Amino acid sequence: MEMIAASDSSLLVTLGEAMSRETTAAVLRLFRALQARGDERIRNLHPGYVSLLVDFDPRVTGHKEMGALVTSLVSADFVGADTEARMVEIPVCYGGEFGPDVADVAVHAGMAEEEVVRLHSEALYDVCFLGFTGGFAYLGGMPPELSMPRLATPRHRVEAGSVGIAGGQTGIYPSVTPGGWRLIGRTPLRIFDAKAARPTRVLPGDRVRFVTIKRAEYERLAVRG
Amino acid sequence: MRVRVLKAGLATTVQDGGRFGCAHLGISPCGAADLLSLRIANLLVGNGEYAAALEMTLLGPALEFERSATVALAGAACDCKVGQYRVPQNAAVEVPAGAVLQCGSTTDGARAYVAIRGGIEVPMVMGSAATDLRGEFGGVEGRRLREGDVLNLGARANGRPRRLRSGALGELRKAGPIRVTRGAQGDWFDDDEYAKFLASLYVVSEKADRAGLRLQGEAIAPRERRQLLTDGIPLGAVQVPQDEQPIVLFVDQQTTGGYPKIANVIAADMHRLGQLRPRDAVGFAEVTMPEAVRALREQEQWLKEIWLEA
Repeated sequence: MEMIAASDSSLLVTLGEAMSRETTAAVLRLFRALQARGDERIRNLHPGYVSLLVDFDPRVTGHKEMGALVTSLVSADFVGADTEARMVEIPVCYGGEFGPDVADVAVHAGMAEEEVVRLHSEALYDVCFLGFTGGFAYLGGMPPELSMPRLATPRHRVEAGSVGIAGGQTGIYPSVTPGGWRLIGRTPLRIFDAKAARPTRVLPGDRVRFVTIKRAEYERLAVRG
Repeated sequence: MRVRVLKAGLATTVQDGGRFGCAHLGISPCGAADLLSLRIANLLVGNGEYAAALEMTLLGPALEFERSATVALAGAACDCKVGQYRVPQNAAVEVPAGAVLQCGSTTDGARAYVAIRGGIEVPMVMGSAATDLRGEFGGVEGRRLREGDVLNLGARANGRPRRLRSGALGELRKAGPIRVTRGAQGDWFDDDEYAKFLASLYVVSEKADRAGLRLQGEAIAPRERRQLLTDGIPLGAVQVPQDEQPIVLFVDQQTTGGYPKIANVIAADMHRLGQLRPRDAVGFAEVTMPEAVRALREQEQWLKEIWLEA
């Protein structure tokens, strides 16, 4: 474990060098242990692939105090083991109007479009953490054959719920934004709703599976919201 | 009691002290870009210091008051009038029923704040009234104000209006470099490169908003090009993307990112970021961590001492 002062108001706790399921799990254990304390000195917690950024109110605490707190939690083995991961199924209508880039991904991977869809929807993904923008999940576990660089020129508008590939990553756009990911499908589910009691569909540590649905099913689920 | 927006201004939003505790959901703090000025405006009218107020950018709104209200303007100097009367800045003033507060352009900074006694009443989202423009929630429908919007006022005042000591705010317009500490990936940059960053003057680009200030000037490059595993971004981080032009991130910033962060603006200077305008020149100076903490403690003490005794 390495701790550095990332700013006068934050401590960056790094728990491993390389990306691995073990390190991400350790980051989540520390995140949950800190979150469970409801410590008012802590303003925000930002989990990443191998690190946790602890953002605190520098008027009431400092790096030393926060460092001691983190050390005590880490040495106490983060209060027990990993909690059982929640499984979240996300229905996705692949291809067609919702997945305008699925043909390009297939050509790039040297396989049929159906094969791209099969590989993408059969894999089991880990929600490593959420970041970038509200409700955006960094998913680990995409089959490496599906890797493909971003579009050279991003689209001006990508619809909420779009499922895309960027390099070795896959993800779901939680809201309408410009974006350069290769779009292969779309979910009718609302991924992010700021006003809901649970604003995000998934949480760090969840497991995700994409379930293929037909257009009619998409429309039916989209109406329900 | 309601306030009608007759003209929206350039980018007027409802902001407060910010939305904390949701970074792990990808949600940035938002809140006032110059939090110190929002706090002063609120304290002037007797509100809680982090109450919801209006943040105006470069060009302010015109607001019609249904009933009389106690209002204070703080932040960048801004030519504001009720009828032909100039409204003094940094003081609580009574706006009569039916009057229109006309806010003009800011002259010595980017943002000014209008606090109204009682605070602005909008639905709280995740504990805050702050407008999240990227997420499109908070404030008024998650967007900038529009002509015709009607704002409800709350009953959140918890003190009496206050007055500032004369000349008390001279401190706020202090020129000079923005103070930074070494960033989370500061060691990715050679000492020479870091020294170059500190010695250079940058220009704030036209692509500057509440999420980040893109700077133009001396290119800064890490020792080697390597991939940073996406990690959390502290408020005020200075990141260096592939085009080697630094970006200072703040209030509406993304919560995680993959570019190395060379430096970080200290908490005591964060409000100054909110006052930078496109084409402004900006430089940076390094301070130690204890100096950064001391500067913040002194600022908080200063904020307690600028008031005339009641």
